[in-house]
Amino acid sequence: MWLASGLHALLAMMRMQPHSEFRGAPVSAPAAPIAIELSEASVTFGRGARAVPALATTSLRIADGEFVALVGPSGCGKSTILRLVSGLVQPTSGVVIVGGREVAARAMRVGMAFQNPTMLPWMTIERNIMLPLKIVEPFRSQFRKLRKTEFRDKANALLEQVGLKGFGNRYPWQLSGGMLQRANLCRALIHEPRMLLLDEPFGALDQFTREELWSILQELWIAHKPTVLLVTHDLREAAFLGSRICVMSARPGRILDDSRVDFPRPRTVAMTFEPDFVALNQKLRAFIVDARTAASKGAA
Amino acid sequence: MPDLDYRQKAWSAGLIVLFFVAWELFCVMTGMSDLVLPRPSQVFVTLFEKFPILWPHILQTLATTMIGFVLGVGLGVVLGAVIGVSKTAYDTAYPLLVGFSSIPKVAVVPIFVLWFGSGTVPAVLTALSICFFPIVVNIATGLATTEPELEDVLKALGASKLDILWNVGLPRTMPFFFASLKVAVSYAFVGAVLSETVASNRGIGNVMMTASSNFNVPLVFAGLFVLAGLGVALYVIFSVIEGRITGWATRKNDMIAT
Repeated sequence: MWLASGLHALLAMMRMQPHSEFRGAPVSAPAAPIAIELSEASVTFGRGARAVPALATTSLRIADGEFVALVGPSGCGKSTILRLVSGLVQPTSGVVIVGGREVAARAMRVGMAFQNPTMLPWMTIERNIMLPLKIVEPFRSQFRKLRKTEFRDKANALLEQVGLKGFGNRYPWQLSGGMLQRANLCRALIHEPRMLLLDEPFGALDQFTREELWSILQELWIAHKPTVLLVTHDLREAAFLGSRICVMSARPGRILDDSRVDFPRPRTVAMTFEPDFVALNQKLRAFIVDARTAASKGAA
Repeated sequence: MPDLDYRQKAWSAGLIVLFFVAWELFCVMTGMSDLVLPRPSQVFVTLFEKFPILWPHILQTLATTMIGFVLGVGLGVVLGAVIGVSKTAYDTAYPLLVGFSSIPKVAVVPIFVLWFGSGTVPAVLTALSICFFPIVVNIATGLATTEPELEDVLKALGASKLDILWNVGLPRTMPFFFASLKVAVSYAFVGAVLSETVASNRGIGNVMMTASSNFNVPLVFAGLFVLAGLGVALYVIFSVIEGRITGWATRKNDMIAT
């Protein structure tokens, strides 16, 4: 077993097999390669007197296949970290390394999902989900040939995994908010990204739909094992989904606490009411309350 | 739903008929002279009798309209795309465009005549210059309102600006584009006729000018009817195309999630 995982990690490091990252090495294995590394990275928007620091100097390492939840008061730079990793924002100082390469002015082909599902209204759900395949190689060059066969099957297989079997040929306006968000997850995963970046994907949903989608996301993660970075305001969500939780301070953000969550998987919603889980939630909550008071004192 | 639709159409047709009947009655009862306001029946008879003479002029007006319209659409799409993609270009170019579009096009026709002589060319140019503006504005607005999140999702995948424009921006602007086509085609028509009226020896506009200087008032009105008919026809054609292509934008009301 250790031999297999070691070999896997080695292959992943050499990037010889694009698919090997999906299975990934166990999170706890010391040999797990680093998927995301921020070293001394900071981000400031604007210049001179108008400069707004969005992210204070931050270092963060995320292993391949980890599920990291970022929590913190609003406006603390959580989304900035996501945008750094995806290559949408360049660090003002420091270095961001993703998948062994420095994030230069080049997108990383990661899967992203936001609170707003942004499905294109003129396309069926199936075709919406296939949109990344139209853009990312090696799928792009085969898109015309395979869109009616292999790619469509791929989209429908994902839809089935999130419980939307048979909804592929509906239009976005025929689906509820929760369904659209499931489709959004499918779109983020269709091109088999090594990394999934989620920015409060369930923020606009009601409590019950949200809990349902936690389980779905967990299943997807167990099935595909991408590295996930989830930005959320919901502490229960962070503790339910994360294998690691990073708590951030108020703006300009930095990481206050970084802890591992060891509840066994698959986790259930019922588990979120057990004493250990509640205790973790309270610990996280205390961090954020402190960060908020510190920030308001600093501002005063 | 279809019932309501038919009833609506019946009412519209009834109103048109009522309009002509009222006009006819008004002329008969007041003993109005042909030279001031001919009866609609007279106008239709003239239209029917003079149709062989009118036909080449109709074709001329249609041709100048359509050439001007197509060129205007081309120019409008390109300008709209350039302006819509960049916020800076949008803000920079907008005042100039508004300034240009607020010039009454009648005032421009003499300049075109000065440059190109009277006839077809100024008519085409007038049609073009009057119809491109609504297209520019609509394309630019459609592009400028693309959701930033979706743009981020695609950029994170390594999509180029062109990829985003092609897959998201342009399809998004289609409802705006076709809505503006309906307006633009009517404008182009107005522009072409305007120019013909001022400076041409062909086209419906010219027929009406000639007829009015000969006091052939029924023919003037026949020209007017032709213009109205053509205008409606063009509008209807583009409405149908719009409905076919961008049904997704207006279908929302018919079906709710199941």
